Amino acid sequence: MSAFEAEVESRRGFLKCMTWAGTGLVWTLAGGVPAAIGLEAAAATAKAAPFSFVQVSDSHIGFSKPFNPDARVTFREAITKIAAMPVRPDFIIHTGDVSQLSKPDQFDDADQIIRSAGVPVFHVPGEHDVLDEGEGKLFLDRYGKGTKGAGWYSFDHSGVHFVALVNVVNLKAGGLGSLGADQLVWLRDDLAAHRSSTPIVVFAHIPLWAVYPDWGWGTDESAQALALLARFGSVTVLNGHIHQVQQKVEGHVAFYTARSTAFPQAAPGTPGATPGPMAAPADKLRSVLGVREVSFVARGEALPVIDQTLA
Amino acid sequence: MTRLRMAACAALVATLGFGAIGAALAAAPGAAVTIDNFAFGPTPITVAAGATVTWTNNDDIPHTVRAVDGSFHSKAMDSADSYSFTFTKPGVYSYFCSLHPKMVGKVVVK
Repeated sequence: MSAFEAEVESRRGFLKCMTWAGTGLVWTLAGGVPAAIGLEAAAATAKAAPFSFVQVSDSHIGFSKPFNPDARVTFREAITKIAAMPVRPDFIIHTGDVSQLSKPDQFDDADQIIRSAGVPVFHVPGEHDVLDEGEGKLFLDRYGKGTKGAGWYSFDHSGVHFVALVNVVNLKAGGLGSLGADQLVWLRDDLAAHRSSTPIVVFAHIPLWAVYPDWGWGTDESAQALALLARFGSVTVLNGHIHQVQQKVEGHVAFYTARSTAFPQAAPGTPGATPGPMAAPADKLRSVLGVREVSFVARGEALPVIDQTLA
Repeated sequence: MTRLRMAACAALVATLGFGAIGAALAAAPGAAVTIDNFAFGPTPITVAAGATVTWTNNDDIPHTVRAVDGSFHSKAMDSADSYSFTFTKPGVYSYFCSLHPKMVGKVVVK
């Protein structure tokens, strides 16, 4: 059973009970720009049915500062928003920093909230999720069923190949996010089984592109990972970690980072700023937190990405 | 002086002696390193063998202290949390924050 099938199977009983009432929501869109991808990809054959999924990130359950005293509240708002989407997403991807301090009650709370969306959920850990003495054991005990190594895995959904990477463990002094040799070998073998026309979605916590290395916003072996992805006509890379929307298109690869649901961070390299939490006035907080919807329309096109704030 | 009194005297001397050593250890110079704005400071810091270094996280995000050679590491230090380690052997100890590995520091033990 694949990771996806296992997740769907575990959700099945609950899904039967869900009632969907997603009407009348007015979306506030910001920063979502469908990106153009080359002709070669556009010429690829189409067979998959349209679907969408949602990315949430950096819920930091346990975070408590005056400007957001309970990150559970804003995470719950994000999940409520997802549950009310007019087009029901097939699943949710959480790109890490589920918790603030890897505490069991923080994972419990996060789990309870995200499950209320009523769709399967896929996780990768952030660096805040591997702070237990077992350095990620608590996270893997909860979310790592059927995964390899530190929690990496892949699954296929409606003709799209999804790859979940872990770049937050065994970090080296002075370095960035790290994938490690074992994971790169696994990635090579995993991708080898797929045709170049297969759309690929890669997700990991720390950006897989050099957003701002001075703040640690990048991954050491990203060039090696991207080399393995180079032959594919459509690659979408989804990351978290930096608590803001950034995007870049390089060849057939579209990179996106997502907002947090807990607190914002400064724009890369802002003078005098750090890569830590940035206080937001109470009336502005929800305009800098958010979720992301990603749609798959037809093979060969870039996946339209729509970022939606909690405001 | 009876044998008993001699023994009592020896015990007293021993107690005083160990007490003096204990006081010397307690008086060994300690050192403080703070974490502010994603940086350890001061670094490098030089201490005598036997000194205890205490790190305190003044940031509003968790950090850790981890020796590059694995010889010591803190748990996650939340805001205002501290971690102490006593360096008994001379040497140069490089460390970093395992959450934010761009944060590096050094303790020199003489």
